[in-house]
Amino acid sequence: MIRMRTSLIGLAAAGAIALAGCAGGSSTETTSPAAEEVTFDEGTTMAALNEAGKVTIGTKFDQPLFGLMGPSGVPEGFDVEIGKIIASNLGIAEEDIEWVETVSANREPFIENGQVDFVVATYTINDKRKEVVSFAGPYYMAGQSILVLADNEDITSEADLVGQPVCSVTGSTPAAKLEEIGATPVLTDTYSNCLEPLRNGTVVAVSTDNVILAGLAAQNEGEFKVVGEPFTSEPYGIGLALEDDEFRMWINDVLEASYEDGTYEAAWNETAGTVLPFVEPPAPDRY
Amino acid sequence: MAQLWSLMPQFWEGLRATLLLLAVSGGLALVLGTLITAMRISPVPVLRWFAAVWTEVARNTPLTLVFFFTAFVLPMLGFRAPFLLLAFVALTYYTSPFVAEALRSGINGVPVGQAEAARSIGLGFGQTVSLVVLPQAFRMTIPPLINVYIALTKNTSVAGGFFVVELFASTRQLVNDNGNIVIPILVLAAALYLAITVPLGLAAVQLEKRWVVSR
Amino acid sequence: MGGLAMSATSVLFDAPGPRARRASLVGSIVSGIALVAGAAWIVALLAAPRQSGGITLPGMFDASRWDIFLDPEVWTFIGAGVVATLQAAAVAAVGAIALGVVFSLMRSSQLPWVRIPTAVMLEFFRGMPVLLMMLFILLVASTGAFWAVVIALIIYNGTLIGEALRAGLAALPRGQREAALSLGMREFQSKLLVEFPQAFRQMLPIIVAQLVVLLKDTSLGYIVGYNEIIRSNMNNLASFFGNRYLFSLFIVTLVIYLTINLLVSWFARWLSWRTASGGHLTKDVGAAPGTADPTSTIRLMQASAAARQSEDTRHG
Repeated sequence: MIRMRTSLIGLAAAGAIALAGCAGGSSTETTSPAAEEVTFDEGTTMAALNEAGKVTIGTKFDQPLFGLMGPSGVPEGFDVEIGKIIASNLGIAEEDIEWVETVSANREPFIENGQVDFVVATYTINDKRKEVVSFAGPYYMAGQSILVLADNEDITSEADLVGQPVCSVTGSTPAAKLEEIGATPVLTDTYSNCLEPLRNGTVVAVSTDNVILAGLAAQNEGEFKVVGEPFTSEPYGIGLALEDDEFRMWINDVLEASYEDGTYEAAWNETAGTVLPFVEPPAPDRY
Repeated sequence: MAQLWSLMPQFWEGLRATLLLLAVSGGLALVLGTLITAMRISPVPVLRWFAAVWTEVARNTPLTLVFFFTAFVLPMLGFRAPFLLLAFVALTYYTSPFVAEALRSGINGVPVGQAEAARSIGLGFGQTVSLVVLPQAFRMTIPPLINVYIALTKNTSVAGGFFVVELFASTRQLVNDNGNIVIPILVLAAALYLAITVPLGLAAVQLEKRWVVSR
Repeated sequence: MGGLAMSATSVLFDAPGPRARRASLVGSIVSGIALVAGAAWIVALLAAPRQSGGITLPGMFDASRWDIFLDPEVWTFIGAGVVATLQAAAVAAVGAIALGVVFSLMRSSQLPWVRIPTAVMLEFFRGMPVLLMMLFILLVASTGAFWAVVIALIIYNGTLIGEALRAGLAALPRGQREAALSLGMREFQSKLLVEFPQAFRQMLPIIVAQLVVLLKDTSLGYIVGYNEIIRSNMNNLASFFGNRYLFSLFIVTLVIYLTINLLVSWFARWLSWRTASGGHLTKDVGAAPGTADPTSTIRLMQASAAARQSEDTRHG
């Protein structure tokens, strides 16, 4: 019942900018496995969630390709699919997942307070965060990259950004990185807002994770392009409670299993894969 | 708390931008608000109508949408300007009706006899307003005006979503980078805001006591 | 607003004579033409196609930028945002009035150990940005986004409404309280049965004005991810459908917000007009203070100044 409208528009690469609003019931069923009958050891988080029959997952609602909330009222994207894979392995049906928007300020507090069971929201693993939450995965290696106007030949790498105004999102890791490399960060709330300044020349580039940039470029056919190689490593992980090693190891097992049996690749192809090539997933870090 | 302390430079940067927004927008709003008030009580019907419409629309537009207009639509119309300037425009526009209201409440507090006396000795509209009414209205106006500026201080935080790195935007950036001390960072940000607004509030109370009672 | 402004035409300047009237008419026509021309120029600028990145983008009023509004599902989503805004505003309004009553009672208490800490606390709440308060409540108390927004709005607006009520209490003729006490009522009873109802009636316009501000403040819920109108439209839908629709979504959002706010404002004005004309003989905020004797004007302005003090801490 999920309208994969963004992926459809992305696919219509032949410059069909304006598709009629309602694409009609061409709903692409996602191939996350149906909730299985599983049992878990007593006292583990998995058992508790299975018992409850529902799970609360934190994700982003405004990241193209990874977590995007549309008119259907349910988010869509690769992070969302990963969340569904984990939920189905917990024996919880897709409809029983409660999606909560985790903006960057509240990811750690939400996990600590237990308001979400886990977070899968383009959540970069770093040591400071590991002090308060633990991470399963990484399940994807992104990297920070650069988006410019399609006819811009001057910027080819991050070295060209020094001293230039570059747009990113307030409170994000890429924004901090821009500060570090000597660019002038120009910050706003959503990636979509960055495009207008880029268009009228107020900023020379938009910089964030390459996958998001690719999504933005695809939404605006031919106007922008992603340049250069990713110049950071952003391992996306699944954030969960600090002490819950069992749950973490179990999620790592689920991730690895999904690499093997093709559900990971299928999830990718239905969401981010409409714009980006599939790459081999990284091995989970079991620390 | 060494980690928190090491973040102070970023806090200061943000605080500076907030104070700049407060000072410039506050000053411009005062000018614009006075103008609007003068238009509101002027003899020319067109001006009165314009001032009324301006006040009504400006008071009913949420600040976020005003910022959307200045940050995105104005550049589309060709007004390319640094985002800080556009933020000044947004905050000035948004604050001006409240300044005008504060001034009007002050003017309303001046007894009608004053204006009647001024007219009876032959002063024109401009002279009446500038020599007789406004100086007396001023005293009544200061306390509400200070409260408009307290509100403005807090409204500067909305600029953070629109390309101006002021205190609140800095705070969100720091919270993201230092996920282990989220609460202390927010407490410090709150303290910095209070450091601006509380003295203003106390000044308002003191001035109100002094000037209102003395009547 | 009465007083000087209302009687301005007769007090601050002479009634316009024929020359002045003509000049006024000419001025009106010229301004009218200028305004229309200006608006036309703006529309033309926006409608023009633009070059960007080597390709040509359609103008802002091109059909391709508005086609998503043909989709009823989009309108359902927008409607959900409107409902979310109104819900938060309604709950917060009720809570703020209740809390305002409590605060004003505490603040005008005879007991110093109640009055002074309350004053400090109120100063604290008034000075803190609502954005920060919402974020705090979200993170510290494990509430959802809705309650973070509502509780922050209740605390902040309760503070301001409390101040308004306190001003209303202060503006009452002392005889009311003295009469109540001489009848044998206790302090608290006097407050509740005699003073408060009158103060409330007096300050109704100010309180309702504050509630209008509360409605606008719900838009600050974006910081905690609350899907009110602006966030639903400008963040979620804009990200989902793409930057192409940013302008159209902005216009739609602006129209919706202005409509709602103007409706509530006009209701507030109608309400204050009703209570003023159907209200008491003297000391009406709605009536023209200039027509009463100067000393009552001053007393009223004392009260209104204190009330304005709270009124003007509007914040959106």
